[in-house]
Amino acid sequence: MTAPRTDAPPPGVRLPKRRGVELSLLVCAVLISVCGYAEVGLARSGAVPPDAVRYGAGLGLLALVAHLAVRFRAPYADPLLLPIAVLLNGLGLVLIYRLDLETPNDQAAATQLVWSTLGVALFIVVVLLLRDHRTLQGYAYVSVAAALALMILPIFFPAVNGAKIWIRIGGLSFQPGEFAKILLAVFFAAYLAANRNALAYTGRRIWIFQFPTGRVLGPIVAIWLLSVGVLVLERDLGTSLLFFGLFVIMLYVATGRTGWIAVGLVLASAGAFLVGSLEPHVHSRVQDWLDPFASIRAGDGPGQLAQSLFSFAAGGMLGSGLGLGHSVLIGFATKSDFILATAGEELGLVGLTALFLLYALLVARGYRAGLSLRDPFGRLLAIGLASIVALQVFVIAGGVMGLIPLTGMAMPFLAQGGSSVVTNWVIVALLIRVSDSARAPQPDDADTGTLAPVKEAA
Amino acid sequence: MIRYARRAAALCLVLLVALLVNSARVMVFEAESLDDNPANRRIAINRYAQPRGEIVVDGKPVTGSRDSGQQLRWERTYRQGPLYAPLTGYSSQTYGTTLVEHAEDDVLSGTEPMLAPLPLWNDLTRGRQPGGDVVTTIRASMQEAAFRGLDGKRGAVVAVEPHSGRILALVSSPSYDPGVLSGTGPGVKEAWRRLNTSPNQPMLNRALRQTYPPGSTFKIVTAAAALDAGVVRDVEAPTDTPDPFVLPGTRQVLPNEATGCGDASLAYAIQWSCNTVMAGLGVEVGLAGMVDAVERFGFNDTALRVPSWVAKSNFDREMSPDQLALSSIGQFDTTATPLQMAMVASAVANNGEIAQPYLVDRTTTSGGTTVDRTGRRSYRQAMNPATAMQLQRLMLKAVADGTGTNAAIPGARVGGKTGTAQHGFGNTGTPYAWFIAWAQAEDSAQPAVAVAVVVEDAEAARTDISGGGSAAPIAKAVMEEALRLEAKARG
Repeated sequence: MTAPRTDAPPPGVRLPKRRGVELSLLVCAVLISVCGYAEVGLARSGAVPPDAVRYGAGLGLLALVAHLAVRFRAPYADPLLLPIAVLLNGLGLVLIYRLDLETPNDQAAATQLVWSTLGVALFIVVVLLLRDHRTLQGYAYVSVAAALALMILPIFFPAVNGAKIWIRIGGLSFQPGEFAKILLAVFFAAYLAANRNALAYTGRRIWIFQFPTGRVLGPIVAIWLLSVGVLVLERDLGTSLLFFGLFVIMLYVATGRTGWIAVGLVLASAGAFLVGSLEPHVHSRVQDWLDPFASIRAGDGPGQLAQSLFSFAAGGMLGSGLGLGHSVLIGFATKSDFILATAGEELGLVGLTALFLLYALLVARGYRAGLSLRDPFGRLLAIGLASIVALQVFVIAGGVMGLIPLTGMAMPFLAQGGSSVVTNWVIVALLIRVSDSARAPQPDDADTGTLAPVKEAA
Repeated sequence: MIRYARRAAALCLVLLVALLVNSARVMVFEAESLDDNPANRRIAINRYAQPRGEIVVDGKPVTGSRDSGQQLRWERTYRQGPLYAPLTGYSSQTYGTTLVEHAEDDVLSGTEPMLAPLPLWNDLTRGRQPGGDVVTTIRASMQEAAFRGLDGKRGAVVAVEPHSGRILALVSSPSYDPGVLSGTGPGVKEAWRRLNTSPNQPMLNRALRQTYPPGSTFKIVTAAAALDAGVVRDVEAPTDTPDPFVLPGTRQVLPNEATGCGDASLAYAIQWSCNTVMAGLGVEVGLAGMVDAVERFGFNDTALRVPSWVAKSNFDREMSPDQLALSSIGQFDTTATPLQMAMVASAVANNGEIAQPYLVDRTTTSGGTTVDRTGRRSYRQAMNPATAMQLQRLMLKAVADGTGTNAAIPGARVGGKTGTAQHGFGNTGTPYAWFIAWAQAEDSAQPAVAVAVVVEDAEAARTDISGGGSAAPIAKAVMEEALRLEAKARG
């Protein structure tokens, strides 16, 4: 069961923990957010908002508690992950607070802060309770069952803005599809880690394509089709696109067969074309993407995408300054799907690039953790989670900036939306856990061989 | 697996690069066209995000700003709106800007680059400076005198300082309050509809944008043409023009309102406004000579700005001799703005030279630092100085003992010329009463003011006297005020 290892660090070398680096970066992240908060107040009314200290203390406390959890339970974790999450979440709160000033009847910052607190709490729970990410491998089928249940549940609740993706209980609304993506990533990682050899090397060869056996490929394709089918029913196209991309990337990384990418692209194009031409809601978005200014020429005024483009253009290189833009003209979903437009208008290309680089750093660190892990499950999980972030950023940022057709999705940490913030905190918690395993000294090398046994799903 | 993971990471990098390139495309390369898209409300929001600079008359702003709390935030208010509307125009969120509000919009709205402390400052910060102020050449007391004189009757008054070209008064009546057009909403739309459908056309700028047949006031121009062309060498010598005068090439007879016009001298013709003499002189000068002469006064100039655009005053370039004869007494197709006729009076007063008329003395930053100053510029030499001297004497005579006695001011040299212009098909319309004049204090080296007054609804009979009756008293009031201000300035 053991395999010879050549890439392990020489014994006796201890990797630095870098918890001090993490703490100082956290201080910077909190300070930047508080400065942004103060800047909004200064720009709007010439005075620092009276609750700036409270806001800073709250964010600082969350960061500190999360840091302590990491320090004691995941001391070798990547020191960049947590500060990036705190900074993005803090900036998101600033942007939402800033937009609240324009919409006196719709205050969202306080709710978002509550959800962020819940997210950090869940982050701590995961870091504390999940001592080893490989535990999750045993819950693969539980995960997928839970994911499907969560995704199907909203069908029984009324649609909100044309999409049946919310569960409303009392005053709280929750988007279970958000959380389902973590569960699905866990399942994909576990299943692919267990069956990747079978997927790559068995099965029938037709012409130049080598097909895996139906017995191995069947279940995962079924799960994937089921989830995408449900999402299409619920008209949550952004998430179905995300699941598709996630599935293809993980399948490719696990099997290394480029054919999967080709098949994935063909399927995706066909699906996108079908949905784009048949579904009126999506069709109009594709039209809007092809010609954002059609409604202006028709005399109906600018549509949302046109307004969003106006916002970005108004930002230019340096931006108008926090609090001084007019992205609220976008109207509906300014604080959620279109939050990036506010960032673009008020922070400019420079600020937007910084934001993208933060996300890129988060993704890169996730990949890095995956690459330095030796167990395939952890590796696939880390890569899957990082890809979720990357795809999500690309789909929504590309959508609001006219690069691809717009599909509703939340900018990780930045956008208003409780389920999204909570989910992203859990993603970061899992990445912390994985990166801790990746960087921690390994006393029990034997357990982490490349052909580690996969527990048969219970 | 590591190899494929690295490729997947590379894919993520490609996605990131695509986002960055796309951001630069939208935010830098396409930014300008997106910023300028008329459907982009930011243009309007930014424009009204700060109070406009003020338009200043005699050291006091005649404008103001009001915070509406709306998206297009700062609305324009006007102090004494109807009095100054012919120069300020309006600045409306709904209907845009006109006149000085339009011509000096860059300064007033703060986008003028010269307002910035450093060159290219605004380009860098994408910001704008506080709106600058526009200081006009208008004298409040003269403006008020003219406005009072018209007393709501349809008409216009323009007063100019002859040697500098400064416009001292600019009145159009009846007027309106431009403040009612500020802002948005049904109230503004209703006001706009009401102003535009009113039979009195209160928004028509009669001083700069309306042309009238100048009638007998045009005889000054014809006289200048005749003297400059050498057609008349001695203003006292009799001319060879019969009374009545048959229009050349026709059997139509041109009558006189005045008596004693047969073969009368140019002096007599100006003093008593003989149609026959001036029509005859015009024909004698000839079409080419007349067109040359009138265009030196500014007729047919489409490019006159003060800085607001001024309507073209017309003198046809192709006419038959009978039309030329009628044109020479300010009828047929000859039309002029009140400003144009003030320039005619100004040319006589200023020894034949017309100074470029202007309304904006200087623009300043909100802090009062001068950004730009309009200096004196020569517009044209309308006639020989000697001709101007002779016409001055003739115009003095017309006021001292002629048709313009109503404009006489004790202790001042006042030269004037009345006019009553017929219009309407078959002469059915109410005639326009005209008076153009200039005034010079006895102890002053140069004339203080040249003025043109037109009153549309002249009640008097269709005689030349009506120009003297309706329009001359208004001109007199304005000139008296100018002389008083000049005397005060000299101490």
